Amino acid sequence: MLDHELINRTLSTAMNTGGDFAEVFVEDKRSSSAMFDDGRVEELTSGRDRGAGIRVIVGDTTGFAHTADLTEAGLRSAAEAAAAAARGGGGGAKTVAVSPIDVARGVPARIPPEDVAKATKVGLLTLANEAARSEGVAISQVSARYGDSRRRILVANSDGLLAEDDQIRTLFSVSCVATGDTGLQTGRESTGRTVGFELFEETDVEDMGRRAAQRAITKLAARPAPSGAIPVVVGPGGGGVLFHEACGHGLEADLIAKGASVFANRIGDEVASPLVTLIDDGTMAGEWGHFAIDDEGRPAAHNVLIQDGVLTDYMWDQLRARKEGRPSSGNGRRQSYQHLPMVRMTNTYITAGSDDPADIIAATDYGVYVAQLGGGQVNTATGDFVFGMTEAYLIENGEITEPIREGNLIGNGPEVLTRIDMLGDDFKMGSPGTCGKDGQGVPVGDGTPTLRVTSLTVGGTAA
Amino acid sequence: MHGGRIESLTVAESRGVGVRLIVDGREGFAHAGTFDADVVDELVAEARDNAAFAEPDDRVGLAEPDGVDAVDLDPWDDRIGSTSVDDKLALAQELERATIDADPRVRNVRTALYADTRAESAIVSSLGIDGWDRGGSCSVSTSALIDDPDGSTRTGGAVDVAWAPQDLDVEKVARLAAERGVQLIGAGPPTTGRPVVVLEPRFAATMLGIVAGMLSGERVVKGRTPFADRVGEQIAAAGLTFADDPIDPESLSASSFDGEGIACRRVPLITGGVLNGFLHDSRSARGLGTVTTGSALRGVRGTPSPGYRSLSVAPGEGDLEGFIASIDDGLLVASLQGLHSGVNAVSGDLSVGVEGVVIRDGQLQEPIREGTLAGAIPRMLLDIVAVGADLERLPGGSLMPTLLLEGLTLGGGSSA
Repeated sequence: MLDHELINRTLSTAMNTGGDFAEVFVEDKRSSSAMFDDGRVEELTSGRDRGAGIRVIVGDTTGFAHTADLTEAGLRSAAEAAAAAARGGGGGAKTVAVSPIDVARGVPARIPPEDVAKATKVGLLTLANEAARSEGVAISQVSARYGDSRRRILVANSDGLLAEDDQIRTLFSVSCVATGDTGLQTGRESTGRTVGFELFEETDVEDMGRRAAQRAITKLAARPAPSGAIPVVVGPGGGGVLFHEACGHGLEADLIAKGASVFANRIGDEVASPLVTLIDDGTMAGEWGHFAIDDEGRPAAHNVLIQDGVLTDYMWDQLRARKEGRPSSGNGRRQSYQHLPMVRMTNTYITAGSDDPADIIAATDYGVYVAQLGGGQVNTATGDFVFGMTEAYLIENGEITEPIREGNLIGNGPEVLTRIDMLGDDFKMGSPGTCGKDGQGVPVGDGTPTLRVTSLTVGGTAA
Repeated sequence: MHGGRIESLTVAESRGVGVRLIVDGREGFAHAGTFDADVVDELVAEARDNAAFAEPDDRVGLAEPDGVDAVDLDPWDDRIGSTSVDDKLALAQELERATIDADPRVRNVRTALYADTRAESAIVSSLGIDGWDRGGSCSVSTSALIDDPDGSTRTGGAVDVAWAPQDLDVEKVARLAAERGVQLIGAGPPTTGRPVVVLEPRFAATMLGIVAGMLSGERVVKGRTPFADRVGEQIAAAGLTFADDPIDPESLSASSFDGEGIACRRVPLITGGVLNGFLHDSRSARGLGTVTTGSALRGVRGTPSPGYRSLSVAPGEGDLEGFIASIDDGLLVASLQGLHSGVNAVSGDLSVGVEGVVIRDGQLQEPIREGTLAGAIPRMLLDIVAVGADLERLPGGSLMPTLLLEGLTLGGGSSA
C-alpha cells in the first residue's frame, strides 16, 4: 500500500524527538450498502476512506495524529504532529528499517464484493422482503440491508515490523414490524461473516425474511415479562453477548491496568462455574471478528481466558503487553485509521458442555428462555451488566410456554459466572455484533451452547 | 490523563464529502473521507451509478428553499484555537486531581479527559440551497472509582461542555462525579415494586430524547412509531410541554441550517400533553403532504433523516428537594444502563438497568443497584406526575427540568 522507503522515512521522522516506539497504520477501506425499506429499494451507498494514523510513545504518553493525505509531505507532517503530541524528551534520533513479517492468512474471500453486480446484491433485498411479507398480513413493514466492506491495512513500526491484511466482510439483515390489536412489534434477523459474496451460498435470505417476520408476529401475543430474579436459560448462539458483557470487557488488560475491572488481580482464581471455558479467538476463519493481523500488526491468536472456571489470562494489546514485558495476544484493534488501538475482543465463546438442551429446559420449573439476545452494556468497575432479550418465552413446569415482551436482563459478572449450572452440547456461533468501547465500534463474534443461569434479574413489568 | 500523566494526546483533522444524486426519482449516494481529486471523481460516478439501482419514489428529492431565513448563529469561540495545548492538558490534569481530592473514598480515576472539536460544513444543491455553518465546543469528563467498604467498587461520572476551555467548570465536574459514586456506597438489589421515579434533568433529557426520537416524521411515514395518527390527541400528562429548539443561542447544539440546508427553527412537539406534530425533513414531509420543519440530521457518511437537536421543556412547578419531601415510596435515579438494547422505539417498550437511591417518607434512604425499570413509553408519558420549574441547561444543549413518573416497574433481586 505504501513504498517501504517512505514508511522508513516516516517512522524515522516520528522517532526524531526521541520516542520509544512509533507506528504507522495505513487503511484503505471501500464499503457499499443497499437498503430496502417501505416496499422498495431505497438507496445504494458507496463509501471510500483512506488515510494513516501515526502513533508515537514516549514513556507513558502516547501521541497520535492522523491524516487522509498519504503523500510524503502529509505523512511527514502527521509524524511530526504525533511526535510533538508525545512530548518527546529530546533523545537521540533513531533510523528505522522495516521488514515484512510472515502471517498465516485466513481463507481469502472467494467472491470479492466488487466482482458482484449491484443488481445481484439488490435482488437479495427484494427476495427477503417478499418472503417476510408472505408470512401474513400482520407484517406491516419490512426493511432489509445488504452491506459489504473491503479493508486493506498496513502496519509498520519502529521495531521493524511490517504487516498487511485484506479484510472482506459481508452482512445481511432483515427487520420486520408486525401490527396487531396489541400495537406494534418488531423482529430482526442478521448474518455477517468475514467472507465475500459466497456468504449467500450458505445463507438463505428468504429464510431470514421469514424468521424475522415470524419473530415479530409471535411477539404480538407476548405477555409482559416477569420482573425480578429468576432462572434464565439462554438458547444456543445467543449467550455470547452475556459473556461478552459479564466478563469479556473485564478481561481487557487496559481496564485491568487502571483498576477499573472486577477481575483485576484474579489470575489463577476460580471466577466461574467449573463448566465454563471461555476463549477469545481471532483466528476463526470466516467469523465476524476474524482477521489475519490485528490493527497493531500482530497475528490473530487463540487465547484461553477461563479454563474450567479458573481465570488463566487477560487480553492484551501492544501498549499494555509492552509494559508487562510479554507479547501482545493479538487483541489490539481500532475502528479506523482515525482512532488509537486498544484492547478489544474478537470472537469470544464458551466451549460446549455435555447437557442435552432439552434436559436443561425440562429441569427448570419456572424461568425465562431467551431465544435471541439484543445488545448489552457493562460497567467493568462494578461488574454490573445488562443485555437485551429480543425473543423470549416463559418456562413453566419444564416447558417453554408463552412468548414474553422484550426487555433487559441485569446481573453482576462475577456473580453470574458462578451461577451457570447447566451447559448444553449444542454449541453455535451467534449473530454478528458491533462492540462499542470509548466511542469506537469494531466487528465481534460470539458463541455459546444452551446454558442456564440459576438467577438473573429480568426487567419486565409483571410483578 | 491517568495517574497524573498524559496517557494519550490526539491532534487530528479530518474531512469528508458526500454526494447525493437524484435521477428520475431515484436516489444514489456516495461518500469519502478525503478531498483527493481521484477519489471525489470516483464518488460522483458511484453516486450516479447507485441511483440507477434504486427504485423510483415521488417522496425522493432534494429540499427546495422554503423562504425561511436562517437565524444567524455562530457558535464559535476563538479561544478553543488560541488556548495552548499545555493549558488544555493542565485542565485534564487538574480534573484528575480534583476528582481524587473530592472525597477520601475516591480510589482512582478511570479517565480524566479534555476534548475539543471544531467543524465547518457546507451544503450546496442544484435547487439553490447554499448554506455554510461552523461550530466548536470543548468538554471535560471524568469517571471516579470509589471504594465500597464491602470490597466492591462504585463509579460516578460527570461531564461539562462549553464554547471555550475557560468556561469549563472542572471543580464542579470532579465534585459531581465523586458525589454520584459515593451516594451508591453500600447499594444492593432493590425490592420489586412501583415507586414514584424521580428523574433529575439529565435523565429527563434521556427519556424525552427517546420520546422525541419516536416523533420523527420518517417513523410516521413508515409505520414505525406508536404515535402515528395521534396529532391533536392527549399523549402525555397535561403538565408536559416541550419543543425542539435548535435556534436557542444558549444551546450547545444550536445550528443555523439543517442537514438539507434548510433554516433550523423551533418545532413545538407536545403542548399541554397534546401532540403538535412531528419532526420532518423534506422527504418525510412529502410523505405526509406537509412541509419540512428544518429537522434533517446528517453526517457526511449518510443521507438526511429527521430528528431533534436541542429539546426545550416548559417549566412546571416545584424542584427536586420539594419533590423528594413529598414522596412516600420513590426512587431517585442515579444511573441508567442498557438504553440501546432496552428501548424499542417501534413497540414503545422500555426496560433499562438502574441504580438509584430509595425515597421513603419524604427522605432519601438506602442506595440500590442491579435493578431494572420497565414500562411502556406511551403509558409513561401519561403517567408523568410532575414537571419541575428547575430547568437546567445540559451539556448536550437541552433545557430540562426534574420529572416525576409513575407506573414504571422497578425489578430487583428481592421481592416485597
